[in-house]
Amino acid sequence: MGDKVITTEGLTKKFGDFTAVDNITFDVEKGEIFGFLGANGAGKTTAMRMLCGLSIPSGGKATVAGYDVYRQTEKIKENIGYMSQKFSLYEDLTVIENINFFGGIYKIPSNLIKKKSDEVIEKLGLQPHAKKLVGSIPLGWKQKLAFSVAILHEPGLVFLDEPTGGVDPVARRQFWDLIYEAAERGITVFITTHYMDEAEYCDRISIMVDGRIDALGSPTALKKQFSSDNMDEVFYRLARGAKRTE
Amino acid sequence: MTIWMRCFTGLQEVQKEQSDKLQDMKQFLAFIKKEFVHVIRDRRTLLILFGMPIMQILIFGFALSNEIKNSKIIIVDKADDVASRELISKIDASKYFEVSNERISESEIEPAFQKGKLKIVMVIPAQFNLDLHHSGVSQIQLIADASDPNTANLLVNYVSAIVKDYQSEISVPGIIPYRILPETRMLYNPQLKSAHNFVPGVMALVLMLVCVMMTAITIVREKETGTMEVLLVSPLRPWLVMVAKAVPYLVLSWVNVTTILILSVTVLNLPFNGSLLLLFAESTLFIITCLTLGIFISIMTNSQQVAMLISLMGMLLPTLLFSGFMFPLENMPEVLQWISNIIPARWYYVIVKDIMIKGLGFASLYKETLALVVITLFFFIISIKTFKQRLA
Repeated sequence: MGDKVITTEGLTKKFGDFTAVDNITFDVEKGEIFGFLGANGAGKTTAMRMLCGLSIPSGGKATVAGYDVYRQTEKIKENIGYMSQKFSLYEDLTVIENINFFGGIYKIPSNLIKKKSDEVIEKLGLQPHAKKLVGSIPLGWKQKLAFSVAILHEPGLVFLDEPTGGVDPVARRQFWDLIYEAAERGITVFITTHYMDEAEYCDRISIMVDGRIDALGSPTALKKQFSSDNMDEVFYRLARGAKRTE
Repeated sequence: MTIWMRCFTGLQEVQKEQSDKLQDMKQFLAFIKKEFVHVIRDRRTLLILFGMPIMQILIFGFALSNEIKNSKIIIVDKADDVASRELISKIDASKYFEVSNERISESEIEPAFQKGKLKIVMVIPAQFNLDLHHSGVSQIQLIADASDPNTANLLVNYVSAIVKDYQSEISVPGIIPYRILPETRMLYNPQLKSAHNFVPGVMALVLMLVCVMMTAITIVREKETGTMEVLLVSPLRPWLVMVAKAVPYLVLSWVNVTTILILSVTVLNLPFNGSLLLLFAESTLFIITCLTLGIFISIMTNSQQVAMLISLMGMLLPTLLFSGFMFPLENMPEVLQWISNIIPARWYYVIVKDIMIKGLGFASLYKETLALVVITLFFFIISIKTFKQRLA
């Protein structure tokens, strides 16, 4: 039990008559890379917001990092990292200033921020850009930096909301190297994506359709279950049945 | 032994609590530091922030003025005698008028007005001196261009005052047994300078603009770029995000208040009769009112353009119309006067005027202060309620 980072049971969110997330139940194990898939409007973002403590569920149970999503949202926020779909660093701040700022709001002691900031810059090879504004460095680098900043405070779990949107395949590959490295250090990765090749990189994936989780398992198991050769086909079969459109 | 242990653990807890507080403080400071960097990096906004008050004071001080100086006056002098010449030279000597050399007949008066520029004409009848000294009564005619009624009124008043002055100079005491000479004193602003009126107005306007619009825009910008989401997921308390975003504008506004005060005392020669400390305290209250309004707008909107539009139309326009510094509130219909009560700048305007010009203390300003406090609390509570709703 102690190895489960996320547990949900019948988690539901309603906005008036509309049920955005419909009775979902799943667990995420420690150190796992968990892919959270679904077409636009399937309810991924709403589910993720509840798990991050941004939105209170309408029904069901859920714990994140051992804390309750109804009553302990503050504790949850201290123990997770988050990188959003939209770019989540400040473009008018330099690389170092961004690291210092996020280190500061996650209450990392100043001497440790300095050490970590040096480490991150060295690992990403950002030395020549360290004092440049983030707005002026290439997108691939920005996203790697955003990820490094999201796990700067060593959270047990990191949420990545479509982190690789708009970058080239090489940069995406490099980004995944960072994800694997984090997972090896024991950080659980919860990731949403629209790229099916990325889905194959995950340990396990869930596919949401119309607010429900219609498929859950390892990529190999899912391909077998839906007797398909690749994830594209699995996703297409499930998503075709969706009644909701954007 | 156990007591010592307990003391020790107690001490540890206190220490832990203190270090928690310290960490919270550091977290807050890191945020404020970031906000200052945002403001400083944005050169264009910075220029507006600091340039605007200076520009406004100078524009209102020198270009826009309610006083009329060196206005052109044509005199149709049909008398051309001792008295008329004395009167004309008296008018010419005043700083309000410059007597034109043009000689025109009565029939040319209207064409002269139509050419523009000319605002007033005085006609002195023939035998002005004779009438004045023999019958004791003489008439002069003043013709003014009333297409601008305020100016016309003012000019006629100026001439009347000069004529009255002349009249009392030439009258020999004893001949007219009963005379009432009203002696007017214009309190607080003896020279009737319009600066007394607009400096407090400009202060209200600048603070409104800086605090409401800039705060609203800066918060909405975080929503637009997506960084707000990241901040909300962080352990920062949501209301702290709002407060931290408002702090730099509080500091900037203090700088602006200081600049305006220095300019108005040195360049515009305005008096400063009241307590500087009280003025800063009241200004801080008004700044907080504006910041609350800015935060309120930012919660209601999701785009920078909308935030800007609401700030301009919803805040700036009413400030101009209803604060009383451009249009006297006393002349407005009762409904509008009632509406003006909910405009924060209206109260601040009175406060600044009373402190700076009249030198009044807090005892006479508690009503205005209370009004500001009530408005602030109202928007503060609404903001918190809406903010919580949006989050859930």
